[in-house]
Amino acid sequence: MLQASPSPTSSLAARRPGARLAWIGQGFLLLLAAVVLYILITNFLKDPPLFIQVVLSGLQLGFVYALVALGYTMVYGIVRLINFAHGDVFMVGAFVSFYAVTRFQLHAWPAAVFPGLPAGWVVVIGSLTVVLLSMIVCMSMAVTIERVAYKPLRDAPRIAALITAIGVSFFLEFFGALYFVFSPRFIPYQRPFEVVTWYIKDGIHLVQVGQAPPPGSITFSNIFLIIVVASVLVRVVLQFLVRRTKIGKAMRATSFDKPTSRLMGINVDGVISVTFAVGAAFAGMGGVLYAIAYPSIWTQLGILPGLKAFVAAVLGGIGSIPGAFVGALIMGQAEALTMGYISTPMRDAVAFTILIVVLLVKPTGLFGEAAGEKA
Amino acid sequence: MLLEVKDLHVFYGAIHALQGVSFSIDEGEIVTLIGANGAGKSTTLKTISGLLRPRAGDVLLNGRSITTIAAEEIVRRGIIHVPEGRKIFAPLTVQENLEMGAFTRDNPDEIRQSMERVFKSFPRLKERLNQYGGTLSGGEQQMLAIGRGMMARPKVLLLDEPSMGLAPILVEEIFRIIQEINSQGVAILLVEQNALMALSVAHRGYVLETGRIVLQGSGQELLHDPQVIKAYLGGH
Ligand SMILES: Nc1ncnc2c1ncn2[C@@H]1O[C@H](COP(=O)(O)OP(=O)(O)OP(=O)(O)O)[C@@H](O)[C@H]1O
Ligand SMILES: [Mg+2]
Repeated sequence: MLQASPSPTSSLAARRPGARLAWIGQGFLLLLAAVVLYILITNFLKDPPLFIQVVLSGLQLGFVYALVALGYTMVYGIVRLINFAHGDVFMVGAFVSFYAVTRFQLHAWPAAVFPGLPAGWVVVIGSLTVVLLSMIVCMSMAVTIERVAYKPLRDAPRIAALITAIGVSFFLEFFGALYFVFSPRFIPYQRPFEVVTWYIKDGIHLVQVGQAPPPGSITFSNIFLIIVVASVLVRVVLQFLVRRTKIGKAMRATSFDKPTSRLMGINVDGVISVTFAVGAAFAGMGGVLYAIAYPSIWTQLGILPGLKAFVAAVLGGIGSIPGAFVGALIMGQAEALTMGYISTPMRDAVAFTILIVVLLVKPTGLFGEAAGEKA
Repeated sequence: MLLEVKDLHVFYGAIHALQGVSFSIDEGEIVTLIGANGAGKSTTLKTISGLLRPRAGDVLLNGRSITTIAAEEIVRRGIIHVPEGRKIFAPLTVQENLEMGAFTRDNPDEIRQSMERVFKSFPRLKERLNQYGGTLSGGEQQMLAIGRGMMARPKVLLLDEPSMGLAPILVEEIFRIIQEINSQGVAILLVEQNALMALSVAHRGYVLETGRIVLQGSGQELLHDPQVIKAYLGGH
């Protein structure tokens, strides 16, 4: 439709009103693309270090969104459900780590158990424990949600499951907001480790505490590095899981054809549970990293990242794992560049503009043709 | 009796698709179930393999009821259903499709042996090992579907219209392989529209009409039955 380039039949097609509308849409998109490109290029030329700084912050956001988007796309691939509670699982991940660190000092356990351990190891092992705990809690929660709320509706019309997902989402947000659960307020988040920042200008240097990096330099933190490494690692592990392991192949088979998968002896319910669990584990990890990066938490912190990860999954082609990853990186850039060069309040508007444009122009997304089939 | 079906009644909502179907298969037999479109052949196979639940009646394997057992468990008991329309996993490679056929098995060496046996029957599959299932031709997909069924080491193989849509030469090939599998000790329940071929290879046959068995006999008997000739063999 919109991609239809001028062809021998185009003069004929242009006479139909639908075709003329498509033409206008195409022109509008080209114009939009030109404007975006113009803004990007002029800003890059004006101040390259600042531009790179903005791109780095976009990468940080994008890699966190990727962790959430993977779960959206995997769950959609296997049960054709947009699991709107997924963003709230992400929130629970952040809160679990908050309690683990602030209440129980879980991040310091290696120091307590092995007094002689070097401080570096204490931080690494302690922080990993916190992340792992959040992942496990999120996994169990998602599996429970699936069993209790979604499974009974598996053969019901899809809209029923979708509404249920929204209900579960509200439940987690507002149940979590009770005083005896989490809290209705914003809570300052205590990181399990200190932030270390470096700047790049004639080499890489450490930013000393209480000192500003020199003007014109590009800075990045250990949090940025951790997020990038974690997200890439998750992508690699997931690729291995889906491509090489028996359960991963069963996931792909199940997402393609459930009755035939049962004829292979595959326990379809079990495979669905595993899919929810894996997606939730990544979201839990994402929640902890998000809280570490933006250290103020409340029970609705999962809504916007969740929706943006959902847009990322749609942009990449829902059901496609590489699509979710690429889509998330694009979403991160779109948001960071908007904050950097248009205005901060526009950041969310841009995300949903992208959703609308994708749904209008290419509802199957970037990797969409074989949605749910590629991995 | 290896497999016994007793007075099955199956409904789709208000539609009474199977109205008291009974038949049996003994060790080493090829039994065919023939009937017109919509007679209930696929419904019968789906009920045996556990995808559908009968409202009444029983399915017995070696004398023990499997009627209430989950489909994935029935696979473990050795009843393997190769569904109508091949149902290849399009986004999985040929090799992965075969691996899924062996999903219930654990020993990698034995699985590799089974795969070699499949390649002996269908050399074409070996050449296309890393090709996606969805890109195979119809005939190749049918070979893969049967090969995938063999990977589970079936005691009873339920084949739903394996010759559908194939060129005559390929149909003969498929029927030859069905007999070959049978000669290795696998009992076969063969659902077919191609009544001539099916009855020629089958030891016994049943004719299904609108959810009821109306005729039964040995393959040769049915081949020469005037009613069968008239209705299913293009009658002279
Ligand atoms: N999912 C379904 N919902 C409702 N009715 C169904 C369903 N599946 C089959 N039927 C009906 O049940 C009857 C038997 O169908 P079945 O698929 O078993 O026929 P068949 O003998 O396999 O036919 P064919 O040779 O065309 O494959 C038909 O009347 C069909 O319309
Ligand atoms: Mg049929």
